[in-house]
Amino acid sequence: MAPAIMMAADKVELSPANTGFMLICSALVMLMTPGLAFFYGGMVRVKSTLNMLMMSFISLGIVTILWVLYGFSMAFGTDSGSLIGWNSDWIGLSNVDKGELWSSAGTTYNIPLLVFFVFQLMFAIITPALISGALADRVKFSAWALFIALWATVVYFPVAHWVWGAGGWAFDMGVIDFAGGTAVHINAGAAALGVILVIGKRVGFKKDPMRPHSLPLVMLGAGLLWFGWFGFNAGSWLGNDDGVGSLMFVNTQVATAAAMLAWLIYEKIRHGAFTTLGAASGAVAGLVAITPAGGAVTPIGAIAVGAIAGLLCAMAVGLKYKFGYDDSLDVVGVHLVGGIAGSILIGFFASGKGQSEATGVFYGDHSFDQLWKQLAGVGGVLVYSLVVSAILALVLDKTIGMRVTEDEEVAGIDQAEHAETAYDFSGAGGGAVRSAAPAPVAAAASKKVDA
Amino acid sequence: MKLITAVVKPHRLDEIKEALQAFGVHGLTVTEASGYGRQRGHTEVYRGAEYTVDLVPKIRIEVLAEDDDAEQLIDVIVKAARTGKIGDGKVWSLPVETAVRVRTGERGPDAL
Repeated sequence: MAPAIMMAADKVELSPANTGFMLICSALVMLMTPGLAFFYGGMVRVKSTLNMLMMSFISLGIVTILWVLYGFSMAFGTDSGSLIGWNSDWIGLSNVDKGELWSSAGTTYNIPLLVFFVFQLMFAIITPALISGALADRVKFSAWALFIALWATVVYFPVAHWVWGAGGWAFDMGVIDFAGGTAVHINAGAAALGVILVIGKRVGFKKDPMRPHSLPLVMLGAGLLWFGWFGFNAGSWLGNDDGVGSLMFVNTQVATAAAMLAWLIYEKIRHGAFTTLGAASGAVAGLVAITPAGGAVTPIGAIAVGAIAGLLCAMAVGLKYKFGYDDSLDVVGVHLVGGIAGSILIGFFASGKGQSEATGVFYGDHSFDQLWKQLAGVGGVLVYSLVVSAILALVLDKTIGMRVTEDEEVAGIDQAEHAETAYDFSGAGGGAVRSAAPAPVAAAASKKVDA
Repeated sequence: MKLITAVVKPHRLDEIKEALQAFGVHGLTVTEASGYGRQRGHTEVYRGAEYTVDLVPKIRIEVLAEDDDAEQLIDVIVKAARTGKIGDGKVWSLPVETAVRVRTGERGPDAL
């Protein structure tokens, strides 16, 4: 979190307005995880829809418990070595008074600690869920659940501390990450890349048709993400005592619009059609890119950030076919690339009139200072998350095994791992006589040509 | 008796149904089908990945007819289904040994 305005006056009082606003923002961010589940769920084939939904939903369970027990303490407790935090009063929230105000780096905010706690919890939930898109169709649910618990503990909690915790190295260096470009999106994108390099491709990658089974579901998910993202972004200022939250809100809308248009135009020129999936993907790319940048840039800057990110991500999603890694639903192509774009573009477009006076190359004295800081933040998080995630996946793969058997994967992971079927195709109303697994979208005997 | 099967473009279904009703056909069965003939498939793009989809959506209509009506009925269907463009579909007929109306047990032409 960027430091909000200092309430220099003697005593800070709880602000009902900010507290109410932040509770609503927390609920908005919570909704993003189901939104993400639908966004991803519509993109997989029929036979693995439920697994995709569950990979996101399970994070709401696991991470919440960890966050109460020790996650919040690790991320936002007293710093040691600029790497990790700890505060034993916060273990299980055992020594937190309900009216205690949130205070960090010498600033006391006018919202309760509990509000900050729950707002940040929603970020911790969605970040591991983001990774799941790269692992579609093939990961054992138990292994995934364990991965989330371990990954949150050794990657997310420390990285959140680096970026937002008082004393964290990136925080102290002055890396700008308003709402999670590095801590959430680069972090998740790099982790996705690390894991898929270990577990490998889906059976039939590049050979079998793997069309999204429900684009309406993807659009619904994208819509929910877009809506929830206002809480994610504007809420990250922790209050509305100045105009920064409003600037962030406006920039979120503007950049997302620009990115959606950029993706669609690129697609129309390159592939000849304005696709639904392109609109949804472009919007998400824009949301990702403006996440770190929206408090620092002007609305015109937001158009640039959105358009550049939309274009870069539209080009990046094809790379997996060239390099042969199976980033199933383009977590790397959208979240890693979009997060990097947004974080680095701050170094160019920071106007000095938003959240802080730091300016990018195009403003103020045209200094490259902020750009170097942004690069350091991006590089540090990217490398750490990539390496540690790959190691975690490797350890799990060698012990309990990360993947379901090839048979189960081909027949459909929903039945193997969840004993359910997403859609009842029996058509006879209730379907007492049940056929076996509904065939995967077999309507299309088609082949992948190129990216 | 004959079983007449038509595989046609989905958007012609209503015309065919109306034409058959006008001709005096009392019942028919319609299923959604997919396939290809000379028309072949089409290309779809998902995040830049192009998929050649060979099978296109079609409607399969099945009608039972008495031998004497069959030829005329086929003409009715063909006329209603035709757009003149490639991919209009096919109509064929097969001999049918018997037919039974489940409710009454009537057999043969009485069951139609």
